[in-house]
Amino acid sequence: MADGHKLEIFRGLVKFKSNTQKIWGVLAFLTLITAVEVVLGIIKPASLTDTYVLGMKLINWVFIILTLVKAYYIAWDFMHLRDEKSSLRRAIVWTPIFLVIYLTFILLVEADYIYNVYKDGFVSWNF
Amino acid sequence: MNSTVTTGTETSVWGGGNQPLGASYGKLMMWFFLVSDALTFSGFLAAYGFSRFKFIETWPIADEVFTHVPFFHGNYPMIYVALMTFVLIMSSVTMVLAVDAGHKMKQNAVIWYMFATVIGGIIFVGSQAWEWGTFIKGDHGALETKGGRILQFVKADTGERASLADFAASIPDDRIIHERKNGLWFFQEPTLTSVSLAEVVEGFKADSNILIRTEQINEEGEKTLLDRKASLAKLAEATQVVEGANLIHNEYGSRLFADFFFFITGFHGFHVFSGVVINIIIFFNVVIGTYERRGHYEMVEKVGLYWHFVDLVWVFVFTFFYLV
Repeated sequence: MADGHKLEIFRGLVKFKSNTQKIWGVLAFLTLITAVEVVLGIIKPASLTDTYVLGMKLINWVFIILTLVKAYYIAWDFMHLRDEKSSLRRAIVWTPIFLVIYLTFILLVEADYIYNVYKDGFVSWNF
Repeated sequence: MNSTVTTGTETSVWGGGNQPLGASYGKLMMWFFLVSDALTFSGFLAAYGFSRFKFIETWPIADEVFTHVPFFHGNYPMIYVALMTFVLIMSSVTMVLAVDAGHKMKQNAVIWYMFATVIGGIIFVGSQAWEWGTFIKGDHGALETKGGRILQFVKADTGERASLADFAASIPDDRIIHERKNGLWFFQEPTLTSVSLAEVVEGFKADSNILIRTEQINEEGEKTLLDRKASLAKLAEATQVVEGANLIHNEYGSRLFADFFFFITGFHGFHVFSGVVINIIIFFNVVIGTYERRGHYEMVEKVGLYWHFVDLVWVFVFTFFYLV
């Protein structure tokens, strides 16, 4: 294992000389993403908050995508998934992804329905 | 078939000694656990999303809830949580460096990296405890209406939040907290709020600079501010003073927000705490040379997987609780 690390990230765009170097490189990248998230969260640019994509503010999509990017690098480089066999990697990654997409889809659609019942229904709940 | 030890097991797939998927038994089992744990957390976060979409127009705005930084006064939304996130990522880095040093059989390096990881974990758990304390203690105070909705107060001239103590009138109080030692019956009641409802109502009527803010989020994505007349009308619906947050009352808005905050960050904090304990055990094992004698540091790698997972979960909690 010691020498079996794959040392390139961004599909080979950045190559590191040693595993230690790669770790610090990934840290720098993750810190950068967190900083971008915090800055966006504080200034909340109007162009991102006023645009809606699929019923959600664009800024929230940006946050979610940046989170998934962070999760990818934590799992791939810190948890060494990059060095595992692709069969193991797929079993670990796609099982939760499939179940989570399924669950969130059902729950959010249901919640939206309940929201409409509260809003347009005959029963007043804010009295 | 026979109980004697057979040789040449490598010729048979079923003979044992295989590593399916190229991962050792321990690592594979750790991954099993992590995947199931990931699904548990996903369930929590999906439930959070469910409740939030249910009350999408009245959900609290996280920027207005988590605004404090220890040792600093003022309004600093998100700064401290971002710092906590960085601490956790940093301790993840020292953990992966420990794993790397373990592969190279550098005992001393592993010791120091494990030590740094434990310290990072302790700082994070401590920060979370502080965050809980601040959240429970509350900020400005609010009123709760008959329907369980929250009314907050804003200064009309500056637009800043007004604390109850800023404007509440002082009525010589007829109510004191009932303790076990007072009176015939050994009842006691929870701590009274620092100001009573009557004091808040009187103070509000006297100070024309105070307006009421409801939970409703308007088109600009901000909480709706009522004008003076509507505020006075709304005030009649108030039934009690709320200071701070617990599982039943929450001055920041929807009580479900507080429930999920306690549940999700609490469950995550429990994971971090267990991780710290496990890391300490491994740290001492490294110190006394257990893995040096065993000839490999795979145990550090397995615990590392758990530690990174805790970091991974926090990344999602950070996004869905504080950012989105």
